[in-house]
Amino acid sequence: MEAEANSGSPEDSWAFIQRPGEGCRTVPLAGHVGFDSLPDQLVNQSVSQGFCFNILCVGETGLGKSTLMDTLFNTKFEGEPATHTQPGVQLQSNTYDLQESNVGLKLTIVSTVGFGDQINKEDSYRPIVEFIDAQFEAYLQEELKIRRLLHNYHDSRIHACLYFIAPTGHSLKSLDLVTMKKLDSKVNVIPIIAKSDAISKSELTKFKIKITSELVSNGVQIYQFPTDDEAVAEINGTMNAHLPFAVIGSTEELKIGNKMVKARQYPWGTVQVENEAHCDFVKLREMLIRVNMEDLREQTHSRHYELYRRCKLEEMGFKDTDPDSKPFSLQETYEAKRNEFLGELQKKEEEMRQMFVQRVKEKEAELKEAEKELHEKFDRLKKLHQDEKKKLEDKKKSLDDEVNAFKQRKTAAELLQSQGSQAGGSQTLKRDKEKKKTREEKSISDRTCTTPGKHPVVPCALVVCAV
Amino acid sequence: MDPLRQSPSRSSSRASSPRTLPSEMLGYVGIEAVLDQLKIKAMKMGFEFNIMVVGQSGLGKSTMVNTLFKSKMWKSTMPGLGVPTPQTLQLQSVTHVIEESGVKLKLTVTDTPGFGDQINNDKCWDPILGYINEQYEHYLQEEILITRQRHIPDTRVHCCVYFVPPTGHWLRPLDIEFLRRLCRTVNVVPVIARADSLTIEEREAFRHRIQENLKTHGIEVYPQQCFDEDINDKILNSKIRERIPFAVVGADQEHIVNGRCVLGRKTKWGIIEVENMAHCEFPLLRDLLIRSHLQDLKDITHNVHYENYRIFRLNESHVLPRGPGWVNLARAPASVPAPAGPQANPGPSKVGGWAKDNSDEEC
Repeated sequence: MEAEANSGSPEDSWAFIQRPGEGCRTVPLAGHVGFDSLPDQLVNQSVSQGFCFNILCVGETGLGKSTLMDTLFNTKFEGEPATHTQPGVQLQSNTYDLQESNVGLKLTIVSTVGFGDQINKEDSYRPIVEFIDAQFEAYLQEELKIRRLLHNYHDSRIHACLYFIAPTGHSLKSLDLVTMKKLDSKVNVIPIIAKSDAISKSELTKFKIKITSELVSNGVQIYQFPTDDEAVAEINGTMNAHLPFAVIGSTEELKIGNKMVKARQYPWGTVQVENEAHCDFVKLREMLIRVNMEDLREQTHSRHYELYRRCKLEEMGFKDTDPDSKPFSLQETYEAKRNEFLGELQKKEEEMRQMFVQRVKEKEAELKEAEKELHEKFDRLKKLHQDEKKKLEDKKKSLDDEVNAFKQRKTAAELLQSQGSQAGGSQTLKRDKEKKKTREEKSISDRTCTTPGKHPVVPCALVVCAV
Repeated sequence: MDPLRQSPSRSSSRASSPRTLPSEMLGYVGIEAVLDQLKIKAMKMGFEFNIMVVGQSGLGKSTMVNTLFKSKMWKSTMPGLGVPTPQTLQLQSVTHVIEESGVKLKLTVTDTPGFGDQINNDKCWDPILGYINEQYEHYLQEEILITRQRHIPDTRVHCCVYFVPPTGHWLRPLDIEFLRRLCRTVNVVPVIARADSLTIEEREAFRHRIQENLKTHGIEVYPQQCFDEDINDKILNSKIRERIPFAVVGADQEHIVNGRCVLGRKTKWGIIEVENMAHCEFPLLRDLLIRSHLQDLKDITHNVHYENYRIFRLNESHVLPRGPGWVNLARAPASVPAPAGPQANPGPSKVGGWAKDNSDEEC
């Protein structure tokens, strides 16, 4: 009757686990057990935790992104309309807490600011892709932590991306194609035609066909509503045929008939937002919120996030090894990587230290040389100084000698003069002597002029000739 | 779903992070449809539940399982029919799929014949702890794969029902040792087995003594007090905690009582009705396990016990051989320090609440 899986040897004394599909038999119940309340238990638990939903709105400035969000969630979210003068594409993210009966929803709306406004739009898609990747990265980091709080984690991954197409009526712009192609593998892309009250009905059908054919021919994978569950397959199937939705957003209410409806008023008529004949807004709201919100979240988690995780882990060097080689490859690879990193760090440190030492040495050598030069210069100057001093001393000496000699001769001459005056008739001699004296004085003054004014002492080399 | 119904224009009752702005909803949006979407998805995927019954032979474990799930999961083993008592503890696992009102439940019951039957019962809890940790290990290995499955098959033990023999006195040393070790790894629900041998007063006295024993030794059985999230949970769970351990009687034979067909045990002095609250507390156990707390059991296993195991595994040295030495890992994480921070708020952080218990002397 039942399947007993008996384990074999006493060492391996715990049971063999039966995998699903292997011998799982359905057993009939003899009465009401009561686990049909399980879905309710699950739902209660989810309600107490709350839900979160993140929408990314990509589109050019002025296409009505904020207005559409306001209309979708029946709320006036705050915000200023953006200017057209942004230098680059930026993303603006706001989180709101919405509550409806007992369900709490944490809604995050991310909007591109300045998309399509630049002259060179080659890199416009890049900030968007980086933002999406950053959210995945944050979740991956949390998941890889040792101590993690996953069940309380505020999931910020983008669940749905609404791509706003300008209502030109012709075809997709190349910017649209490029951006959608980059985004389709990272997020669920739902293209919508914005401000579709500018297109007439016939143009609209042609426009939609053109858009879908262009998307298909370029291989862009937009989000298809799931058709594998019978409960929603039918409605999702019909909706898939209406993609992309042509929507109008409006928060103004006008009285039509006896009801207040959201509408836009023109001189030639009024466009009602929730009228299915006027636009596809109701379809979008149905699909996005009321039917497929859970599926969008699941696709994000199980497809896009898993893809990102796989790529990221492979990039970091992890691999799934065979089940019988390493039991805990992640941990070992972590260790290996960590050691490698530490080794690199150490190597760099060594290098830097060596460079530092070398520089110091060089600087030292330079300084030494400079010092040496200075010494030499000092020596040289000192020597010069000494030489000069010596020269000057020599000169001084010689001049002193001359002065002494002159003094001697002066005294001798005066002596002679006194003797001559006594002898009388020495006027001529005196005259001669005076003449000679003046002549010699002159020659002396000449010589004093030649020596550069250092020694004012008048040297005198008086050749006294004995008369 | 009345489209013109106004929803309360208040911000969410839960504390929002500083940067969220409470918004007023001016009309009906349809967010609650997500609950239906969840239900549909859950019913499509089906549920899994793994339960383990532990106790000495002859306490009526197999009968109890059959009674709980109203089907012949196990053949009730009766001693003396030539089946030798197993010399070592062997775990046996049976998986069945049961369906009720469109809800499919894949139920795995693990039995432990031979527990506590030997003369020397030292370390008889090792194989059980090893089995539980092995399930955690399987799940962990699946989770850290690069290319992992969309839905990882969950074989972790969500609940362990421990059968206490109806001695009427105290918990035996074997019971205390086992409960102490297991309550840190898995959700344990102790029950008084074969309670038809105790009168109502004896039952109450026995229950009180067991509760005192549990408190003295610091054994936290399910529903654990530290995981009560809000006031409603607290009230509900304290009512349950007053009645733990339940005094149960198992029976899988039907008898006619007062014209009704009931499950019960027929004795010379009367018929003990299993589902009668005056006779035994089986309905309480059934309600706890299946009707009200099944999802909670799974959540606590996933969010707390599995995370503790994961922390323990990732923290220790990565040079781990598989094989006979593996059983030693069954020791509960000795010094798991409580994370600083969210421990102060009641509720949100359920991880790391086991800082108090110190590890045992097991090698």
